[in-house]
Amino acid sequence: MARAVTQQRKIINTTAAWGIGLLIFFPILWTILTSFKTEATAIADPPVFLAFDWTLENYSAVMERSNYARFLWNSIIIAGGSTILGIIVAVPAAWSMAFVPSKRTKDILLWMLSTKMLPAVGVLYPIYLICIKLGVLDSRGALVIILMLMNLPIIVWMLYTYFKEIPGEILEAARMDGATLKEEILYILTPMAIPGIASTLLLNFILAWNEAFWTLNLTAAKAAPLTAFIASYSSPEGLFFAKLSAASTMAIAPILILGWFSQKQLVSGLTFGAVK
Amino acid sequence: MATKHSRSAARLMMAPAVILLLGWMLVPLIMTLMFSFKKYLPLRGGDLGWVGFENYVRFVSSSAFWPSVGATLTIVGGVLLITIFFGVLLAILLNQPMWGQGVVRILVIAPFFVMPTVSALVWKNMFMDPVNGLFAHLWRFFGAEPISWLSQASLPSIVMIVSWQWLPFATLILLTAIQSLDGEQLEAAEMDGAPPLKRFGYITLPHLSRAITIVLLIQTIFLLAIFAEIFVTTGGAFGTRTLTYLIFQRVLESQNVGLGSAGGVYAIILANIVAIFLMRIVGKNLDA
Repeated sequence: MARAVTQQRKIINTTAAWGIGLLIFFPILWTILTSFKTEATAIADPPVFLAFDWTLENYSAVMERSNYARFLWNSIIIAGGSTILGIIVAVPAAWSMAFVPSKRTKDILLWMLSTKMLPAVGVLYPIYLICIKLGVLDSRGALVIILMLMNLPIIVWMLYTYFKEIPGEILEAARMDGATLKEEILYILTPMAIPGIASTLLLNFILAWNEAFWTLNLTAAKAAPLTAFIASYSSPEGLFFAKLSAASTMAIAPILILGWFSQKQLVSGLTFGAVK
Repeated sequence: MATKHSRSAARLMMAPAVILLLGWMLVPLIMTLMFSFKKYLPLRGGDLGWVGFENYVRFVSSSAFWPSVGATLTIVGGVLLITIFFGVLLAILLNQPMWGQGVVRILVIAPFFVMPTVSALVWKNMFMDPVNGLFAHLWRFFGAEPISWLSQASLPSIVMIVSWQWLPFATLILLTAIQSLDGEQLEAAEMDGAPPLKRFGYITLPHLSRAITIVLLIQTIFLLAIFAEIFVTTGGAFGTRTLTYLIFQRVLESQNVGLGSAGGVYAIILANIVAIFLMRIVGKNLDA
């Protein structure tokens, strides 16, 4: 029996939750609003919330001035490339651990997780040096590889959790009905694995997009993604609030939207299945 | 039924991931270890030979070391305290019946998806700027002198920015955990006349303890490594130089690789101490 909830209590809950929710969301909302203001309105005291002349001039200014498209393209290549590469390496590994587990599977999974806990700064110079020696400092390729390696444990782990949930009996049944290995993979396993692979892809794309240690330290002009582009907006440019807001909005909007789709995977993905 | 054949196939499928991660872990780690025992100044003479434990001693005896430990502890501790305290409250609130729960959830989670450089810069300029920031407007509205946040109250400001980024994570995990709480148990306690505070202390909190531990450990590992937030806001000035930032400065800014690497080894040991506890919990949960 559900607890009887009075209408009054529901109203109080709703008000409190919306109030706090909007407060937490406010900095993002404020950034988006400011991006449509003129520079003068952006710093007006008292601040203007909605009643201003909306303008798109900041967006065109940012696009023109800073070669925004290149940074965006770098972000897409680095985040997308590292994620796809990671999935390609991780799928077979997670697959074999889920369907042909051995005594050491658990140890391997935990060891992989432990590599994720290494502080990046501890290996900053070696990686930096290797990049210089190979001539790949400030290249997208190097970041694709590094971010792939960095997120590989999470990718393997998430895929493993999803694959584990595919019941083995289905495979046996298919075999009994005379399915060949190729048919088995193509018609039974792949369709069942796709949702898991998709959500792994999504979450890791977000993590790679927002990564801000290696992308800041290993790029300069050529391969810098949006994280570095925004970091370059410190003063004096950062004091042009409207342009800063437009640049920020463009950098976070795609991920905010993707992020809303990945809420559910976030918990099990980032706690390595310890909270579901 | 795993046959011998399928076992070797499985090993082959695992090989690329294992080999790559092994290389990713061992090669830089061995290099860091090696550098940490050398006097190595790439811009001033390069590799100047082995020096034993000198770098390790110098790293901890430099005047910047203890302040950086203090800054690290303040930031990690402050953020943990704030995110877990408000995370529990928010999780309980969001678990109540209300209208538009899904939308509120989205609003609360959003900061987690904002890239660190954006949130640091937006807070630094649009909120904390002593002349044009929103806080300055607010302070002037109440007739107070605006505060120069990132220089006068640098550590609390950074704690605030980072807490804003991590509160969604804590809330989301605690909310997931709270949703698995048996409603009938709470109901029975309520019928027996247990007041809300006791119901919280004896039923909800014990139920959440595992999730809280996990949030604590995972956040500690990520918080020990925060970088962009400091890089963008203060650049390590005004007492915000954390251990991570100090190592970064030693290695890349002053190019004293030996000294920085010794610091890196300390950081790795520190992270491993936290990681051991986390791995135990995760391992227990894993029925592989």
